[in-house]
Amino acid sequence: MLHAESLACARGERVVLRDISLTLTPGKLLGVLGANGAGKTSLLATLAGEIPAHGGSLQLDGRALHAYSTAELARRRAVLPQSPSLSFDLGVREVVAMGAYPFGNLPASRLETLIARVLALADATVLSTRRYLALSGGEQQRVQFARVLLQTLAARAEDEYRVLMLDEPTASLDPRHQVQLLQGVARIAREEGVASLLVLHDVNLAAQWCDRLMLLTRGACVAQGTPREVLTPENLETVYGLPAQVIPHPAQADTPLVLFASRVEA
Amino acid sequence: MRSPSPALAVPAAPRARRRPSPLQLLLILCLLLAALALASASSGAVRIPLAHLADLWRTPADPQAAFWRNVLLEVRLPRVVFAIVVGSGLAISGAVMQALFRNPLAEPGLIGVSLGGALGAVGAIVLGAQSLAIIAPAAFVGSLLATGAAYRLGTVQPGVANLLLAGVAINAICASVIGVFTYQATDVQLRNLTFWNMGSLAGANWSMLAWLTPWVLLLSILLIRDWRALNALLLGEREAQHLGFALRRLRHRIVILCALLVGPLVAVAGTISFIGLVVPHLVRLTQGADHRWLLPITLAGGALVMTLADWLARMIVMPAELPIGIITAFIGGPFLLWLLTRRQG
Repeated sequence: MLHAESLACARGERVVLRDISLTLTPGKLLGVLGANGAGKTSLLATLAGEIPAHGGSLQLDGRALHAYSTAELARRRAVLPQSPSLSFDLGVREVVAMGAYPFGNLPASRLETLIARVLALADATVLSTRRYLALSGGEQQRVQFARVLLQTLAARAEDEYRVLMLDEPTASLDPRHQVQLLQGVARIAREEGVASLLVLHDVNLAAQWCDRLMLLTRGACVAQGTPREVLTPENLETVYGLPAQVIPHPAQADTPLVLFASRVEA
Repeated sequence: MRSPSPALAVPAAPRARRRPSPLQLLLILCLLLAALALASASSGAVRIPLAHLADLWRTPADPQAAFWRNVLLEVRLPRVVFAIVVGSGLAISGAVMQALFRNPLAEPGLIGVSLGGALGAVGAIVLGAQSLAIIAPAAFVGSLLATGAAYRLGTVQPGVANLLLAGVAINAICASVIGVFTYQATDVQLRNLTFWNMGSLAGANWSMLAWLTPWVLLLSILLIRDWRALNALLLGEREAQHLGFALRRLRHRIVILCALLVGPLVAVAGTISFIGLVVPHLVRLTQGADHRWLLPITLAGGALVMTLADWLARMIVMPAELPIGIITAFIGGPFLLWLLTRRQG
């Protein structure tokens, strides 16, 4: 499992993360919430092994994360960064198939099956014959999502522990595709035992789909737990600096519904 | 699965262009190359009639046939093979550089390979060297030194933009030193210098091709083997890393392979511009940017364009010849302008 214990991280002189402890459990979704610049993306980059941790311990299956090679890591965790940029002319299938690169030469039939499955999960099947650059921003996002899904699902051993990390995956999606994306993540978490970490801005979407939430402020963890435990008016005001009401969701029991104040106090 | 919404189900027919399959394109280019190579080998100051090609060997005693055979084997064929080798090498390294910098306007010259090589050659000439046996190694060393300097200084800070800027700076320094040398050169040396500045395939001979051809082939194969990494780079540097490609090592390897590929080409053919820029572009326009196919097709395309340019260089001012760099720049310049205006439209 991916396990962080009092993790700290600095970019240059600036400390961006302090004393973060978390575990990414197989089959569970952990949502990370916080204001702009709270350290969400830095947390994801550190957990992905992209930037080094400066304190605490970070282990994948009991072995220090930095002891893994780039290629080994790519077979255990997939990352969807914020706003990917691809300005060269590639077909949608070619982009999605890149998710299989860490696994060398997959048999063609297996690759085809996987591509069909992830395209369906990302609701991108109709896009499969298009050119990537001809797609809208939201469609491109879904294709990139399909690519990291493929990277997660192409692992060789069935029960191997794998992590999926998504940085604001719903940012450019319409409401239907936001729900569909989270539904897809929840589904492969359940079916394949994938551990997921999602950086999200929509508090209610996070409350609805994530098993656990972590609230970040200025690089530190304010609260961690189930949505009901974590989403309190006090915590939300600390994190976002905006008064909030929390009421029970009218349609879903056990899910809190957050209503933010409609204006900022001067 | 829910059925797709009607709006999405409408096929993007007007946007979809019909593309030949990659294998078809590769085959077409190879056929064209073969035809062009034959045409180029037959024409020049001495015209060798292609219709009688088979006769050249059937009548070994005929003096006319022997003469033609000699011209064909010792002058024309090495020249055509040289054009193919140089063109494919320059084109593939351009394609790879464009992926590395994630910029369609990159070319091998950007990291100092070309001007460094020219500086080495020009320096050797002005300091008195006359034989290619000294000038060519000097050019090779020059290109490796310039690339090495650009690479070392450009990777002190992370990010590929610094490498590009270091390349620009190194190129500027090389150009200014070349200027100093040119200013000091004698008239005879000046004529020699134009060869390095504009490129020429006049130095073609079998003994040089015997090592250059396998060398270019080997490095091309090594670069093609990296097609997955190059595709991943198109997604972005972080994305390539997430897909398991150690970025520093990958960049290191690609720069070294390109320098080893282009350095010798500059050493024997001078600086030939625009092939590395124009050919990968044309291939991307017809075939897309998937390096699995882009690289092999670029090899064939580079060979084709260079053979054509060499043919023109020899035909336009026959029996003399133009420096081939003039031809490639003459085609490449307008092409680049077209590309720039097209992008805005």
